[in-house]
Amino acid sequence: MSGNAYVHRPTASPQAAAEWTQRQILMTNLRTVAGRAYPRVRGLAREKSWLFFEILLPFLTTSAFVFVYRALQAPPEYVGFVVLGGAMTAFWLNVIWMMASQLWWEKSQGNLELYFAAPMDIVAVLLGMAVGGMVMSSSRAAVVLVVATVVYGVTFAVDQWLLLLAVFFLTLTALYGLGMVLASLFLMWGREAYHLTQFLQEPVYFVSGLNFPVGRLGMLGALAIALLPLAVGLDAMRQLAFADAAYPVGTPPPEVEALILVVMTVVFLSLARWMLRTLERLARREGRLTIRWQ
Amino acid sequence: MSATSPLAIETRALRRVYRAKPNDVVALDGIDLEVVPGEFFGLLGPNGAGKTTLIKILTTLLLPTTGEARIFGFDVVHQTKQIRRIMNMVAGGEQSGYGILEVREQLWMFSQFYGLGSRDGWRRVDELIDAVGLDEQRRQKVSTLSTGQRQKMNFARGLLNDPWIFFLDEPTLGLDVSAARAVRELILSWKAAVPGRTVLLTSHYMAEVDELCERIAIVDHGRVLAIGSPAELKHRIQRESIFRLELDRLDGGTASLARLPGVVAASAAASDEGHGQGDRQSVSVNLVLEDDAALGGVVGALGGLGAQILALRKSEPTLEDVFVELVGRGFDDAPDASRDETAPKGRAADPQPRREAEPAEEELV
Repeated sequence: MSGNAYVHRPTASPQAAAEWTQRQILMTNLRTVAGRAYPRVRGLAREKSWLFFEILLPFLTTSAFVFVYRALQAPPEYVGFVVLGGAMTAFWLNVIWMMASQLWWEKSQGNLELYFAAPMDIVAVLLGMAVGGMVMSSSRAAVVLVVATVVYGVTFAVDQWLLLLAVFFLTLTALYGLGMVLASLFLMWGREAYHLTQFLQEPVYFVSGLNFPVGRLGMLGALAIALLPLAVGLDAMRQLAFADAAYPVGTPPPEVEALILVVMTVVFLSLARWMLRTLERLARREGRLTIRWQ
Repeated sequence: MSATSPLAIETRALRRVYRAKPNDVVALDGIDLEVVPGEFFGLLGPNGAGKTTLIKILTTLLLPTTGEARIFGFDVVHQTKQIRRIMNMVAGGEQSGYGILEVREQLWMFSQFYGLGSRDGWRRVDELIDAVGLDEQRRQKVSTLSTGQRQKMNFARGLLNDPWIFFLDEPTLGLDVSAARAVRELILSWKAAVPGRTVLLTSHYMAEVDELCERIAIVDHGRVLAIGSPAELKHRIQRESIFRLELDRLDGGTASLARLPGVVAASAAASDEGHGQGDRQSVSVNLVLEDDAALGGVVGALGGLGAQILALRKSEPTLEDVFVELVGRGFDDAPDASRDETAPKGRAADPQPRREAEPAEEELV
């Protein structure tokens, strides 16, 4: 046994140990984000099954739409739309299956009470999950994008790279912000979580326009753009990635859609923070949610 | 820790009611506790006694319905962050973390939640892995650990932040004898390293509580029935001195002993193996005396009867005896089965302690 394993950072008293500076609090929350992101990033290398489920299967779905569009002699950009949509599917799957149900799963594993009993802000844990999920899904999305682009000969025409990157990252922050909100909701609803996941998956696929321009849905598309980060983000990215299209690709201009994404990010992250605090208050008052057997 | 330090744990009229149908459940019903810094304190009680509810309140996971609770002076309702910085907890059968991670990685992840720097975290993790004896499992995936190894890892997790107070809820549940012993040694070593470190332990294993705890509260139905050191609690129910004798022979039977002054009762007992002299037959006798002073007369009388004493042991009541006396049922018995509802709360309808149940024995001869 090492000599000082039981004394790491000696403190004079419990009172001294309990008083943290603002810097300590901030650093602990930032480290929590990194710490909680770590399992997801490591999981990339350890669980190879994702290569099949999250690359090959979306690629096949994308291919099916490519062949349909080609058979219908649709404009060539449509192949690019589908490839972009296929890549973004990875993020939606991650949000709806992992992010949203994560707290519920953490509760059943007994992790949640340890998270609540630790000194960091629980929002940092959820942010860590989101960051880890983004890294994990980005690699999957990149593989789908590159492979499909090469296989189907997609040509991108980008005039505003910075705006495209900004829209991409805003889409992710808004999407994972929504995931954080869903995580709290799913925790409240317990066993119904998976039913809700199944219920949401296909409708969101559809109204987000993953395989076609969402503008084609008329009012429903406009509603989706106003509410769903994936719909508005994808619409903006298509406009920016195929700037030379001979016809209007998206509905509102990408600058406006970027602003919508900023608003969504702020709203979803604030809502998630409020919901987590409410959840913790409820958990402590009612004696459930965090405690595995209750 | 100065003399004016606040108590490590202080509860006043702590009450917790769970809303349930058809009737609300009173889990804690006015708990008053004082645990001083540096104490190893045990909570003993059957399932449903309120132990875990109490721990959940003290670890800030649950609000009390009424009453107060403080950890080192910090209020569990309003000063949760301060408490969470100085405490940690480990529960028996804990399956926390992620099976895909290696032991080292899992512990590092938790170290980040307590604000350790990345490199500092890896160093700390390696120290603790060595300390708990998991060096061979350092790079093993969490999902492949045995129950005992997993619990050692949980202990390493619990010690990452140098807690001043450690809550242990059935920490050796499901462990084999050697793993449980390793865990107990670990707790004691950690506690001894810094004066003032405090442990609150709940356990079903009376011997474990007896061995580790300086003081114990026996709880049932959300109430504290008794508090004291194991010795005090046992003494509280021991009204007579009980001895067990191994004799080479006893002419006249136990009746000859029962007539002696100071002897309350004498009865033959099954002879223990290993106390006989080779193939010789021995006689075992249980003696109940008014007090220890009566023993001299018994020894003299046995000499007069020509009996040779092969072994003499004093029997003490166990914590289980104390528990039965106070609660009115055995530890694993269904509640209410032997309860006399007309008796004062916490008292048994039949208060006879079960002294025959493997008494702890002090070797005298």
